[in-house]
Amino acid sequence: MPKLALRGVVKRFGDATVCDGIDLDVDTGQMVCLIGASGAGKSTLLRCINLLEPIDDGAIHLDGTDISEPGLDPQAVRARIGMVFQSFNLFPHMTALENALLAPRRVLGKSREEARPEVAALFDRFGLAHRMDTYPDQLSGGQQQRVAIVRALAMRPEVMLFDEITSALDPQLVGEVLDVLLALKDEGMTMVLATHEMGFARQAADKVCFLKDGKIIEEGPPETLFGAPEHPETRAFLARTLK
Amino acid sequence: MPTPTRRERYEAAQRRRSLIIAGSSTVLVLAAIIVLVPMAPGWDKVKASFFNGDVLAQAMPRLLDAFMINVMIFAWSAPAIAVLGLLIALARDATSPALFPLRIFGAAFTDIFRGVPVILTVYLIGFGIPGLGLPRPWNSPYIWGSLALILTYSAYVAEIFRSGIDSVHHSQRAAARSLGLNERQVMRDVVLPQAVRNVVPSQMNMLIALQKDVSLLSFIGPVEVFRQAGVLKSLTANFTPYVGAALIFLAITIPATRYADYLMARQRKERS
Amino acid sequence: MPRLAIPLVAFLFASSVAFADGHCAAGKTLTDGKLTIATGNPAYFPWVMDDAPESGKGFEAAVAYAVAAEMGFAADDVVWVRSSFDEAIQPGAKNFDMNMQQYSITPERDKVVDFSAPYYTAPMAVLVSPNLTDTPATMEALKDLKWGAAGATTAVQKLENVVQPEQDVLLYGDTADVNAAMSANQIDAALFDLPTALFLSAVMIEGSKVIGQFAADASDNPDQFGMLMEEGNPLKECVDAAITALDASGALAAIEAEWLQDTTGVPLIQ
Repeated sequence: MPKLALRGVVKRFGDATVCDGIDLDVDTGQMVCLIGASGAGKSTLLRCINLLEPIDDGAIHLDGTDISEPGLDPQAVRARIGMVFQSFNLFPHMTALENALLAPRRVLGKSREEARPEVAALFDRFGLAHRMDTYPDQLSGGQQQRVAIVRALAMRPEVMLFDEITSALDPQLVGEVLDVLLALKDEGMTMVLATHEMGFARQAADKVCFLKDGKIIEEGPPETLFGAPEHPETRAFLARTLK
Repeated sequence: MPTPTRRERYEAAQRRRSLIIAGSSTVLVLAAIIVLVPMAPGWDKVKASFFNGDVLAQAMPRLLDAFMINVMIFAWSAPAIAVLGLLIALARDATSPALFPLRIFGAAFTDIFRGVPVILTVYLIGFGIPGLGLPRPWNSPYIWGSLALILTYSAYVAEIFRSGIDSVHHSQRAAARSLGLNERQVMRDVVLPQAVRNVVPSQMNMLIALQKDVSLLSFIGPVEVFRQAGVLKSLTANFTPYVGAALIFLAITIPATRYADYLMARQRKERS
Repeated sequence: MPRLAIPLVAFLFASSVAFADGHCAAGKTLTDGKLTIATGNPAYFPWVMDDAPESGKGFEAAVAYAVAAEMGFAADDVVWVRSSFDEAIQPGAKNFDMNMQQYSITPERDKVVDFSAPYYTAPMAVLVSPNLTDTPATMEALKDLKWGAAGATTAVQKLENVVQPEQDVLLYGDTADVNAAMSANQIDAALFDLPTALFLSAVMIEGSKVIGQFAADASDNPDQFGMLMEEGNPLKECVDAAITALDASGALAAIEAEWLQDTTGVPLIQ
């Protein structure tokens, strides 16, 4: 049974159909990369998986349970699925540590003291121990994004969603964030990424999906999708992007 | 000391030039006021009835005494306004259908109390509610007059809080929700702290306005500084006590206004 | 036709006569041949009836026409305007020759404006709210009351200097607001000139009572009402002469008897 299974997911904004019948399986420990032009529906799909957007049709299963069932408590689901955003979205009025402690305290009901050792260990692991008491506006973009990842990991999620997390970074800072993803992959984290980093997707992904107009046009292992794409749309996109 | 660059020399010259222009035009305007105004035919009379030193010296101690009443009313009204304003703002933004009556109430509240001149609210509540037959001390004009100020200012303060809540980017809410926080926690831990901080300068301006509007309570009895000035005015048949009252207000409001402007400027800098 | 023409001719004749003989007021009024008098806005009973001073009804309206006649003005030559106390004392040109709305003559005010000879001596009187009508008319009892007054009147000084109440006095913008405060039971008692107090108890605040008046020879000056004029107004001597003449002839007392209630029934405060 796949960890995460999407069946015919449809999401509309008014007349625009942003996700148009998406089927996707993500197995435990897999890293799946969603590629495609801006507006193809990658980000919206991630937001639907995290129930930030209710879907109009289809179903999303986590461990075989339909989490897209209307009326279900979305908070419990979100606590199991971590998400990291393009624009970091750290809370500017809290230190890095407080950012990461908020959800364990509020959602899991832990005290600051209970939650702190585990969170501090995460900061330590990603080379941020010395920045824990710093406010976000004093951190570099790469550091902010790593804090955002730590903040999501503090909830011990079963699945992590990454929405173009390197797009807002200066090129020299992209590496430090992608290194974190590789470390998570080594640990066996189940991950779905929307990304423009084709090199990274090719090197690290277990499966790559090419989206266009809200549909998955083609999917497969990276060597196939990048090396011998079958669909002319995929070839055209890759030709434009990798030129 | 390093030699200034060509650009630094140019900029220094420009700065000197602007300083000279600003300085000399200020001096000119001041000189014109000081020389021309006393040349007006009625100046002596105006001076005697608005800027009478003896009357001012006599009035000042009593005006300052009366101003303590203003300070007192301000001191208990301002915190109440902050709390009620925030509650109204939250009521207006409530999304749950069970709270729909609260939203309606919040909207009606802000519409009514922003729509009626403060002085009318002071009169209607200050005389009206005690007229229902409340026993003393519960019919005190201090209580009901303050309530009128609290209601009116809460309506404005609530709107400012709402604009502060709107100013927090929706991605902040998304991030908080993605962590599993519920709506109440998102509001309390993530949105409100930022919203409140964003509107501090605007709320400072409300405090300054409140400080002045406390004087409206004089219409329903309390002898605060404006009423005291009026009494002294009719006693002496001289308007100087009003000028004295104005000076007391300015001594408070000018520093407060400068401070609010400074906060605004700092905030603009932070955002840019 | 003749019935209309005769008064008209008489009027023209009268006014031309009045100024032809070099009457005191000639050339000293705002508008030549007219006497402009200011009253309150609104003007209150019993000083002016129905807020219509041109009717000549009410104590001050009647006094105004008597003084005007004494100065040689026909009734039609009296022009009424409205003004507040602040307009009366502000520097600059005035829009009235004289202003009468129960202005108490005080030495401080007299430095800034001119007052005519007094046309009425008004004792201050105590009006108490309906549930306190048993209050004895003694200083002792008055001190314990919660007091109110109109802030721009000499009642404030009287309260401060003579009554010296235990609790803070509440002050209001005008008589109507003092009434409102008494109706809301926010004050026990208010200090007014006696005619105003009698009017309020009879008409405005049901059940209230005027329990006493201060003796006219109380330690400080009794309240005397004078017509207010711009400082240095040359008209003052004519007005003073007219009032003195009316006082001497008993005309002033007759007007008072006609328009102001008998005040002798109100006991003196001990």
